[in-house]
Amino acid sequence: MSAARILVGVDVGGTFTDLACFDEATREFRIAKAPSNRGDEALGFIEGLSRLGPIATLGAIVHGTTVGTNALLERKGARVGLITTPGFRDALEMRRRDRPHTWGLWGDFEPVIPRELRLEVPERTLADGIIRTAVDLAAVREAATRLLHMGCEALAIVFINAYANPTNERAAHEAAREIWPNAHLGHSAQVLPEIREFERTCTTVLNAYLQPVVASYLGKLEAGLAQHGFVGSFHIVQSNGGVMSTQTAARLPVRTALSGPAAGVIAAAAIASAAGYADIVTADLGGTSFDVSLVAGGKAALAAQTTIDFGLVVRTPMIEITTIGAGGGSIAHVDPGGLLAVGPESAGSRPGPVCYAQGNDRPTLTDANLVLGRINAERPIGGKLARLDIAAARTAIAERIGKPLGLSPEAAAEAIVRVANARMAGAIRLVSIERGHDPARFTAVPFGGGGALHVGALLRDVGLRAALVPRYPGITSALGCIIADIRHDEVATVNLSLDRLDAAALDARMAQSGQAAHAVVAASGLQVDGIEIAYELDMHYEGQTHTVSVPLPVTLQGGTIGIDAPTVRTAFEAAYRQSFSRLLPGIPVRIVNLRTAAIGRRPHFDLAALAPGPEASLAAAHRGTRPVYFDGAWHDSAIYDRLLLPVGAAIPGPAVLEQPDATTVIDPGLIGRVDPLGNLIVERA
Amino acid sequence: MSALDPVTFAILTGRLEQIADEMDATLYRSAFNPIIAEARDACHGLYHATTGATLVQGSKGLPIFVGAMAFAVKAVIDKVGANGIDEGDTFIFNDPYAGGTHLNDFRLVRPLMRGGRVYAWLASVGHWLDIGGNVPGGYNPRATESFQEGVLIPPVKLLRAGVLQQDVVDILAANSRLPRSNWGDLNGQLNALDLGERRFHALIDEYGDDVVAAALQAASARAEALMRANIAKLPDGTYSFEDYLDNDGIVDERLTIALDMIIAGDRMVLDFSRTSPPCLGPVNISHATAVACCYVALKHVFSEVPANAGCLAPIEFVISGTTFLGVSAPRPVAGYTETILRMIGVVFGAIAQADPARATAAPFGTINALSVAGHRASGDRFVMFCFFGGGLGASPESDGLNHANNPISTATIPPAEILEASYPVMFTQWALRPDSAGPGRHRGGVGAVYEVEVLAPGGADVSLLGERGRYAPFGVDGGGPAALNRFIYDTPEGPASPPMASKITGVRLRQGERLRLESPGGGGHGNPRTRPPAQVARDVLRGFVSPASAARDYAVAVSTDGTIDAAATAALRAGATA
Repeated sequence: MSAARILVGVDVGGTFTDLACFDEATREFRIAKAPSNRGDEALGFIEGLSRLGPIATLGAIVHGTTVGTNALLERKGARVGLITTPGFRDALEMRRRDRPHTWGLWGDFEPVIPRELRLEVPERTLADGIIRTAVDLAAVREAATRLLHMGCEALAIVFINAYANPTNERAAHEAAREIWPNAHLGHSAQVLPEIREFERTCTTVLNAYLQPVVASYLGKLEAGLAQHGFVGSFHIVQSNGGVMSTQTAARLPVRTALSGPAAGVIAAAAIASAAGYADIVTADLGGTSFDVSLVAGGKAALAAQTTIDFGLVVRTPMIEITTIGAGGGSIAHVDPGGLLAVGPESAGSRPGPVCYAQGNDRPTLTDANLVLGRINAERPIGGKLARLDIAAARTAIAERIGKPLGLSPEAAAEAIVRVANARMAGAIRLVSIERGHDPARFTAVPFGGGGALHVGALLRDVGLRAALVPRYPGITSALGCIIADIRHDEVATVNLSLDRLDAAALDARMAQSGQAAHAVVAASGLQVDGIEIAYELDMHYEGQTHTVSVPLPVTLQGGTIGIDAPTVRTAFEAAYRQSFSRLLPGIPVRIVNLRTAAIGRRPHFDLAALAPGPEASLAAAHRGTRPVYFDGAWHDSAIYDRLLLPVGAAIPGPAVLEQPDATTVIDPGLIGRVDPLGNLIVERA
Repeated sequence: MSALDPVTFAILTGRLEQIADEMDATLYRSAFNPIIAEARDACHGLYHATTGATLVQGSKGLPIFVGAMAFAVKAVIDKVGANGIDEGDTFIFNDPYAGGTHLNDFRLVRPLMRGGRVYAWLASVGHWLDIGGNVPGGYNPRATESFQEGVLIPPVKLLRAGVLQQDVVDILAANSRLPRSNWGDLNGQLNALDLGERRFHALIDEYGDDVVAAALQAASARAEALMRANIAKLPDGTYSFEDYLDNDGIVDERLTIALDMIIAGDRMVLDFSRTSPPCLGPVNISHATAVACCYVALKHVFSEVPANAGCLAPIEFVISGTTFLGVSAPRPVAGYTETILRMIGVVFGAIAQADPARATAAPFGTINALSVAGHRASGDRFVMFCFFGGGLGASPESDGLNHANNPISTATIPPAEILEASYPVMFTQWALRPDSAGPGRHRGGVGAVYEVEVLAPGGADVSLLGERGRYAPFGVDGGGPAALNRFIYDTPEGPASPPMASKITGVRLRQGERLRLESPGGGGHGNPRTRPPAQVARDVLRGFVSPASAARDYAVAVSTDGTIDAAATAALRAGATA
């Protein structure tokens, strides 16, 4: 439909800003890297773009951002005021009566809005949507004025049962908007019209908390781009793995909470699909954590909510990412009861592992990988350190792990790696076996710096089919920005009985919601091949409080859905049986929420652009051998420059493949093959 | 038998726990009643083939069950005796005198058979909404025999060789006001056992029967070693502490729980001999419950010790049948939660005497089991049954947590919107309660106020089983006590409170009338007069502490807007230290 353009994906990480650039005209693919500037991420962003050529010539930019995530984690959002129903101003602070740890009663909690900035106004809506007390708009204006005087930059309005009837809330929002001096205000039915007041309040409040931060950041980026003559489109990746316009992002910034990691999962899924692997588990090993996500049949699993930190819940559809505290910086220790454990305590990137020689003397997973020869001490990945101190790492492992367990330093290092592998395997089991998926069908896709070091163990311990290491593991998230579809999700609590279903009314409601979501995607300004509307219902047996997600085999066509009760029942029973072993015939079934997604499919991106060029050859790639410790003994292992390996190369283990942003270890008994797209496929030999 | 290498041990420890966690999650997601689904009043694990001792426990299970399940499994082992058991058999029972806790807690126990022999036991326990008795929900504060609390099921076979015994299900259904809810929960528990059975078999197939057995043994030894190391760090001596229950709901006299804790090297004796005798009302507990409760208390203090039977090895319990902590049938036990909460507090109090840096002050210490029952406009019966939150005790490091759950539970509270959508009620207050926290250098967590209006056209019957109406949660190391529990309800003559403080049944509210529950906060830690005035001023600005309490308890002069009068504060504090 439009002329070929230059697309750029930008992923701003903690240390580096990674960029992936694709020229639709020349089919040329390039990458770039610039240092990130914490606190002023816009600097690294513009700097990185400039390295790709004149910014004015770029056609579209899609950005995965951690600005929202960091503001949440570091509690650096705006000063927010809350206006709410009488008797409920403490809902945000009371949470769901939980505590940080099951065992041990220490610790307290500070909500993001202190109590003096949470005000009540006369109003009441009942659970069935009946308005018992109309909202007192004069009181709303007075409360908003007070909050302004107390220094609030953003405003959240949350009324009890607004999911059932938002009339009072909308009226209050209109009244407050008349006097609120900026666009940073929202009400709960707009952000999340779903039952459960704590989750809705928290999500609405966190959205307001992020609005000024994200809006100002995006404003800065847009100004910087304009200054450089950029006239193309600019989009943001959402936590659900789809992209949205900057206008939507400024209004609903809470949907960017997992923007960066979501882009990585989308790219991993696309890369694997193109290579013929539709069922994958992504594995991202960072400095402090290991993140996994399941993609079945090319579709990433979505979660309804996530907990950012104790008491900070974000409820919005997001790529389901399971995180455990096991990363390269995770500290290994032997507890007084004699158990070897790795993590969750981490040395992070400062002081970092012992081998960084920055003051830490407790051994980490990275130190163990180094002592075993799996990491090259002279060529650390990431490019920040010149070399790694292997002697210090060895001493730390010998003293703190080897001695208490009666193991040699090598055996102790291998024990650390195996315990860490077991934890990673556990995380993968959690998202695969435990959800009823057979791991033998799944392929691990490690991205980020460290995952490819451990693929052998993931194959062996979990019984995965293979591992697929993308050609550029370090820029997976930036690549995901270019590939991701446009997506808009809506949810509404409907509370319907399936036995007494008014199918025509539900059909009308679904059509209306589908049209609204379609309009948001259509207005995004990015090129799409088509827009799909997908529906899911959250359903349960009457009396249950949890629900199962029920995907419906219907879509919006000619303003109607064609939904009927038997279709819904069949879909419900299939979904319920998949989750639990027993159906419960005779018990009435309810529809709790309607979820609507509009997905704008992006034009196909040909990943062949990433494949190795004619200069690649086995001889050029070979860098000699070094001893690497596997299964209790040193093995002479071949070392290769991974990026110089040609298509079709087959590397039997033991071998180590090095590249600037990642190291891949091929264990004995495994073989790695370079596929036509430049990916490395590791399988049992 | 092969020696267990340290790596295999570490790996198996994680994998075994993961299976128990997964059993917990399966039940939470498929349960019908919110006390399991939302409040997580359930627990799963793997237990020893011949002793029933806890081998593996889910990390999310209800803490009190973690201690009690071993007794439940032992009860089944004793019942099976010489009769033997077949693959696919599953026992069900709720006998609290054998298995601990109270009648609402239904236990399912199934053998994990390997080569035709019992390798270990799998068990599931969950709190069912209604099991008959005089009061919907089972918390009958007027009960003097367990027969008034509900139906008691001894260990009987629910499944024989995998086949559900419909007769048993029919008996259960006929004895409940809410048979459908119980049926849903029962299926959820069976789902959890099915899954655990599959997963444990797969794991043992992978590693071998002997290796897994060795890992289970090593895990127990490790827990014991960790517990001994912790006890050895406490100074030797005898530490005595006592606290009280308001009454038993029948006789308005206080009940004493007295502990003499003896520390001798790496051993600990918990002697409750000076405790009050068995009582008429439902706050008695069985020996199994009492031991489980001490386990919970020690796990909170020494939280890094893993949850298996090994951690009880260094502890000697002196819990006599002549006290209300070791009763047998048919002494009523439905209100056991109140007693164990007080017992846990008493253990904290004794530990604080041994080393104040190890202990938190008393948590709010009552579950406030509230039942509101009646009929909807449609004529259908409803029973809203819920437990409520309060403040946790302050720690040596920080203020206590506001509005949390009790130490025996990690249950989340159902959202007010779910309650309002499910029952004809409206909450007019769901708020933090001013001046409810114990003052201290670190303030206790703040308690809560819940106020409910009845919307049902025919009104509703209300009953409450709570505590701390007369004896407040204590502070430690110079910290002050929290506020008392309060319950107020409308009557035609005006607001009233129960004569037994926090226990009442048969309150009749008409449509439009309200009840109000005010829960205690937690106790304070350290002398409140050493709390920085700026922190006191912040609490006043937020409305957690009144200016009057700031002056009286903290010796800080501050107005409601948080402005400190420095001169007046200096004078108050000088007076305080003089």
